[in-house]
Amino acid sequence: MGPPAQWQRLLSVVRTTRTWWQYAQRVQQRAAGKAKMSQAAAPAASPVVEMTGITIAFPGVKALDGVDFTLYPGEVHALMGENGAGKSTLIKALTGVYQIDSGRILVSGVEESFSGPNAAQKAGISTVYQEVNLCSNLSVAENVMLGHEPRTGPFINWRAMRAEAARYLEKLGLGIDPASMLSAHSIAVQQLCAIARSTVVEAKVLILDEPTSSLQKAEVDELFAVIRSLRDRGVAVLFVSHFLDQIYEISDRLTVLRNGALVGSYLTAEMPRFELISKMIGRSGEELASIEEGARSVARVSKDGDVHALSAIGIGKSGQIQPYDLALYPGEIVGLAGLLGSGRTEAARLLVGADKPDHGEVQLDGRTVKLSDPLVALKHGIAYSSEDRKKEGIIGDLTVRENIALAVQTIRGMWRPVPRRELDALVEKYMTALNIYPANPNMLIKNLSGGNQQKVLLARWLATAPRILVLDEPTRGIDVGAKAEIQKLVADLAGEGMSVVFISSEFEEVLRVSQRIEILRDRVLVEQIQNGPDVTTDTILASIAAGHSITETEGSAA
Amino acid sequence: MSNDVLVRDTAAARPATTGRDRLQQVVHHRLFWPVVALVALLLACGVRSPGFLSISVQDGHLFGQIIDILRFSATPLLLALGMALVIATGGIDLSVGAVMAISLAVSLTYLDASSSAGSVSTALVAVMIGLAVAVIFGTFNGFLVSVLGIQPFIATMILMVAGRGIAMLITQGQITTVTSAPFKFIGSGFVLGIPTPVVIAAVVFVLVALLVRKSALGMLLESIGINREASRLAGVPSRNITWFVYILCGLLAGLAGIVYGAPTMAADANNIGLMKEMDAIMCVVLGGTTLAGGKFFLGGTVVGALILSTIERAVVIFHIPSQITPLFKAIVIIAVCVAQSPRLREMIGSVRLPSPAARKTVEEAV
Repeated sequence: MGPPAQWQRLLSVVRTTRTWWQYAQRVQQRAAGKAKMSQAAAPAASPVVEMTGITIAFPGVKALDGVDFTLYPGEVHALMGENGAGKSTLIKALTGVYQIDSGRILVSGVEESFSGPNAAQKAGISTVYQEVNLCSNLSVAENVMLGHEPRTGPFINWRAMRAEAARYLEKLGLGIDPASMLSAHSIAVQQLCAIARSTVVEAKVLILDEPTSSLQKAEVDELFAVIRSLRDRGVAVLFVSHFLDQIYEISDRLTVLRNGALVGSYLTAEMPRFELISKMIGRSGEELASIEEGARSVARVSKDGDVHALSAIGIGKSGQIQPYDLALYPGEIVGLAGLLGSGRTEAARLLVGADKPDHGEVQLDGRTVKLSDPLVALKHGIAYSSEDRKKEGIIGDLTVRENIALAVQTIRGMWRPVPRRELDALVEKYMTALNIYPANPNMLIKNLSGGNQQKVLLARWLATAPRILVLDEPTRGIDVGAKAEIQKLVADLAGEGMSVVFISSEFEEVLRVSQRIEILRDRVLVEQIQNGPDVTTDTILASIAAGHSITETEGSAA
Repeated sequence: MSNDVLVRDTAAARPATTGRDRLQQVVHHRLFWPVVALVALLLACGVRSPGFLSISVQDGHLFGQIIDILRFSATPLLLALGMALVIATGGIDLSVGAVMAISLAVSLTYLDASSSAGSVSTALVAVMIGLAVAVIFGTFNGFLVSVLGIQPFIATMILMVAGRGIAMLITQGQITTVTSAPFKFIGSGFVLGIPTPVVIAAVVFVLVALLVRKSALGMLLESIGINREASRLAGVPSRNITWFVYILCGLLAGLAGIVYGAPTMAADANNIGLMKEMDAIMCVVLGGTTLAGGKFFLGGTVVGALILSTIERAVVIFHIPSQITPLFKAIVIIAVCVAQSPRLREMIGSVRLPSPAARKTVEEAV
């Protein structure tokens, strides 16, 4: 696993350098064009997509309520809103995944009602989702050219197909071998392949639904360069992301939704950050700041006990994570920081019985325990929230109530069902405490927005009253408001004596909540940093980067 | 209880205010089309053969075509109840037909060898032995699937193929026939005027329903079927539960074999339970449980079993040549599955009530 991952990283570093130059040049070009663009605010051009009065109702919820939305060619338009605001629903209405209950959709001035994503694609609307939906077992060329293969008679001309795919990839500055398997590439490259595919079908509208949530910084830059070049060619790009920095970096205009209703459309350059956030969450900026401040102040209270709640002594698993030591005091929050693939998740999984370690042991209150599976860990009061919400978290076809009850139930054993009244009280308590929306425990969890699914999962683990909570990316793909709520919650829980292991790829977040930060690099726990006022994200970055020179010299030698 | 099982999770609890809303709910209930098909079949038979729907009492026992249908539903229902649970975990058990043959062969061979085949205690022991053997085979299936991780289709196919050979070995290639009044009672007796198989099936249904819905087993089964890895991380002991379900399925298959073979008391290893696994799967699917695993519906499975045996009866009443019975079965099942298909429902839309055309297809099939 090691060398290819390093290679990927190196490649992306090299690529970024190049992209950065392209970007610098383009910034200059745009500086001139920008003024023109913003005062015109595009109404001069005719919109490529015009949605008016879009309403979609689901059982019990109005997902969209009379929303208007306009997209012009040659603009990058950000769609903003909290989880459950209706962003995904609006996109799905546009791409024909959902049928609209009322309203009109005009594409290039013609009224359309798409029967499904295929019809939308034919009309020039391409979508790249957060989870890459390509065929990872096919080659890059096959994926890019799927449905548009050059033919000789009835047969596919493979050579021409690879050449053509290479041409499209080259346009995006992607010099990968079209014959290689898609699965051999990083998620970022796969996402670029998906975009290459949309250029093959000559999309007029490119929808990017949280394309950056699993990307590293360098990869994001690369993606943005591609987005800019597409925009300059007149493609309308609809961009959804929870990262405000990215929104301000890439978008020209933005539309804000809240609770299924339109708040408004604005020019990004004229919208101050705090105002944008308060528009998204419907709360004032000061309120938000106070939540964050609250989380910070609680987190800074250092707790020094005598006995470790949990201590891992030399636990490791070959090929996953080098043996490491970790000790947790009651009420302490320890952050694990590192790049994607640094072994953060692998390290956490050994603590919670999700994977069995080859070496070392785990002690709880000074006594050695054998965490042979997650159930044993749960019974010892260790709860683990996985980073992969969809695959390892939710049970999609069960209700919110059942999803919350699941872990409590398995601890009790299947022959002792949780009494109805007790369960109702438990569900009620956490749905209120975590502000889960819609507040209907009988809804199937798959119909909730991502952020609310995450809260239901948190409720599942908290309901087991754990002593040790391991949270792997608990705020990924979650909006600002919910993120602050979760951070505050974690701080409060620690205040009550719970020990927390907090993993996040956002270093600011790790810094904000943790008292101590463990740095991982290339599947080794390399350093421990005591959090303090002088510790910043740069401290973490420096620690992670400390070992990178080795990788780079290796790479440049090759 | 059965009602409780039927309505347990009709989507989100929505307040049904108007009559039209309620009608919508009924029409969109996943059992609507299967029940429509069942009623249509029964009515069609009633029109064709006037005495069909009447039930008479002779010597305190209930008689009539309807009672016969209930009696013939017992075997597929017993199989299908176990199958529904196995399917809920995302598995399948192809060996139930073979297990039927084995357990019957074992029971009858024991009776045959015993000197007091007519006594109640001997018959009971014979049943117990038959069931015990079925449990052993269920355990074997469960071991292959849950411990060794072999795909359920392949794992249970082993016994499906080998099972009949085992039954042949037990009966030494003969069709073992014995006479034992208490044993025969299981298949053709009456309890309080109701045929014994019907009583057995009803009791087993209630027991299984209580087992899965009064404990947390049902929810855990579904969670395994929906998302095995997420369930594991939430502490669901999926290996043990999966294993248990195959054992239960084996036990019920053994019981089905005894109930099925008791009236004739002939252990015909070649033909007992032949293709019954397909019938069982059909009942489960007709009841609204998908083969992908997850949500399962025991009440729906009962309806499925009733449809199946009604079809078999209808074939006789309409004088359809027995060779083409499977075709007839297939047509009805296609009609129900098409009516149930979510895609079709979407196309019909949430506004319109079932169109006369859609209703007609079912009736034409009948």
